[in-house]
Amino acid sequence: MVRKSFIMLALLLVLALTLAACGQATTPAPAPAPEQPAVSEPAQVAGNTLATIKARGKLICGVNQAVPGFGFLQSDGSFAGFDIDFCKALSAAIFGDPNMVEYRPLTASERFTTLQAGEIDVLIRNTTWTLTRDTELGGNFVHTTFYDGQGIQVPVDSGINSITELGGTAICVQQGTTTELNLADQMAAVGVQYTPVVFETADETVNAYLEGRCDAWTTDMSGIVARQSIFPDPTAHKILPEVLSKEPLGPMVRHGDDQWFDIVQWTVFATFQAEEFGITSQNIDTFMSTENPNIRQMLGLEGEMGVKLGLSNDWAYNIVKLVGNYAEIFNRNLGPDTPLGLARGLNASWVDGGLLYAPPIR
Amino acid sequence: MTTTSSEQHAVPFWRDERYLQVLAQILVVAIIAGTLYYLANNLVTALAAQNIPIGFDFLRLTAGFDIGESSIAYSRASTNAQALLVGVLNTLRVSFLGIIFSTILGAIVGVARLSNNWLVNKLAGIYVEILRNIPLLVFLIFLYSAAFVKLPRITEALELPGPIYLTNRGFFVPWAEPGDGWSTYRWVLWVGLLVAIVVAWVLRRQGQRTGRMPLILLWAPLAFVVVALLGWFIVPGQPLVSSIPVLEGRNFTGGNGLTPEFMAVLLGLVVYTSAFIAEVVRAGIQAVSKGQREAATALGLSGFQTLRLVILPQAQRVIIPPLTSQYLNLTKNSSLAVAAGYPDVYAIGRTIQNQSGRSIEIIALMMIVYLAFSLGTSLFMNWYNKRIRLVER
Repeated sequence: MVRKSFIMLALLLVLALTLAACGQATTPAPAPAPEQPAVSEPAQVAGNTLATIKARGKLICGVNQAVPGFGFLQSDGSFAGFDIDFCKALSAAIFGDPNMVEYRPLTASERFTTLQAGEIDVLIRNTTWTLTRDTELGGNFVHTTFYDGQGIQVPVDSGINSITELGGTAICVQQGTTTELNLADQMAAVGVQYTPVVFETADETVNAYLEGRCDAWTTDMSGIVARQSIFPDPTAHKILPEVLSKEPLGPMVRHGDDQWFDIVQWTVFATFQAEEFGITSQNIDTFMSTENPNIRQMLGLEGEMGVKLGLSNDWAYNIVKLVGNYAEIFNRNLGPDTPLGLARGLNASWVDGGLLYAPPIR
Repeated sequence: MTTTSSEQHAVPFWRDERYLQVLAQILVVAIIAGTLYYLANNLVTALAAQNIPIGFDFLRLTAGFDIGESSIAYSRASTNAQALLVGVLNTLRVSFLGIIFSTILGAIVGVARLSNNWLVNKLAGIYVEILRNIPLLVFLIFLYSAAFVKLPRITEALELPGPIYLTNRGFFVPWAEPGDGWSTYRWVLWVGLLVAIVVAWVLRRQGQRTGRMPLILLWAPLAFVVVALLGWFIVPGQPLVSSIPVLEGRNFTGGNGLTPEFMAVLLGLVVYTSAFIAEVVRAGIQAVSKGQREAATALGLSGFQTLRLVILPQAQRVIIPPLTSQYLNLTKNSSLAVAAGYPDVYAIGRTIQNQSGRSIEIIALMMIVYLAFSLGTSLFMNWYNKRIRLVER
């Protein structure tokens, strides 16, 4: 028996060495790949996302199911939210039908692996754009759809009014998020000692906070507001004034398929541009007789914009007609008439002093 | 027409059993090696196609996240490798304590199941039947979210004599901290340990010579305690000072605290595994033939002497192998700690995986860590098993 264990240990050692050797042997391999002309190998592997989606007859969208307003599984089994509407916009651009989507609910820690493995076509799951994620995770961020910032929530009766007063507290945070890193960075920056309590899902995190395991919990501002709307007593909690970080949230696609990247990117831009032109799902048909060349090109009445993307020329028409422009998507899910009641803030069109700015569709 | 070789072999080689046996083994090895090569190659090619680098360089990078409980110095500026080490130590801590406590509890319940006392017997039976039939994950989530987190909030802490405070932030107990005499007193403790070892060795020699084995497990620790007490009065200064937990602001300072995450995981593992160990112990005791007990009674041994000198040494041989697999189960089950928010190696590995995107490398490392734990445990247990094995002459 002892001998057998020794053999197993030896095997283990061999395995470890092999892995280490694999690591060393293959590390240089990916390096020259980006220098190779164009998209030689990836193009064959991943360059046909659009064709795959069309052949499959539906788009597979990686989403959240637990953040009201962004991605939420409703009691009737359907998904709704801001991110969900961008999945629908993509479906409308490809199929001319917003409902050809299969939603794949993902946890924060499994989302990137799922995208890498090709299980989903696009990840639209309130995901923050960072350099590490953009380079090392085998994916590309397309464009920011929601400019967010990280906040910390505490009970009103805690008497805490600033993050500098959080010394000695326990803070609940979700595993594998940028908020986990920002929290560590900011607390180190202000020199405050705290204890992180880390959970795998948002539900566990919020539950531990509500039970009093933590003095505070942290995530993106929008996420806090969304969660607060379904707390037993929403008025008993407040958000600290400090914004801990920039959290630009947006869709992510796999490396190596530039056409698919363009389609997702211009779908987002179409919603920005429609708002800028004042085109909504209600009034879009009145624009079909417009003389404005820019609008005519966007709606497919002139030029071949859709064909250049590999879509039909009425792609933008379908997005706006079937899903809506950015303002409609925002107001439907997050706006003043919803339980979240978020103001546009940075997420207004550039003509209104916000950050939404689409390159010309021409 | 026929060659000389076929004349020498009455049977052609493809019908020769000796050749076929070797051939079959070579074939199996080739198939296994080929499959492994295919899978590894597939992985490397697929990752290269997506421009995802493979390598362990990320272990040297800054981790960037904080960890709630750590037995070594750790901050957000530490490396990923250090973060992983914190996880490994946390897993070891909960597994090691789990093994010790579940063995003690399991032995008690196992012996209780054989008790002649009807109530004790039935209670032990119910304990085993209920606890080993609830999935551990369900049990852990229940313990954490329905028991430990539901304890009083920190401002309304439940105070027990001691003072011990029970809250949903953890249990806070008085603790001893090194005082000004500690640096000298430390050496006294080492001497005590040495004395205890000498006492154990002498008693063992004596037992072998006379054939009456003394209670080594009683006398050796007693020798240690005597030395430690003597040292306490001789050494100048206070070797240890007591530290009482006090609620200060939003947390307790002083004393020692155990987090609800740690306790939920430890309690879950101990209680769950002890139910299995109880059955192992019961089976081992029952495996000793009735005649042994009767012979011991006939020789005039008391009940305790019978258990210690006759039953347990023989039962041990039956108990150890299945006990080893229970220890291995406990170690591997500790990866369920993530359900209760305890930062074990699996939880921290997942965090690093997510922050660095290195799924393959992290999963491989975690598999190696658990494999090493398990093989280490089984190596020790196999050594022990060999030592107590019945030597047949």
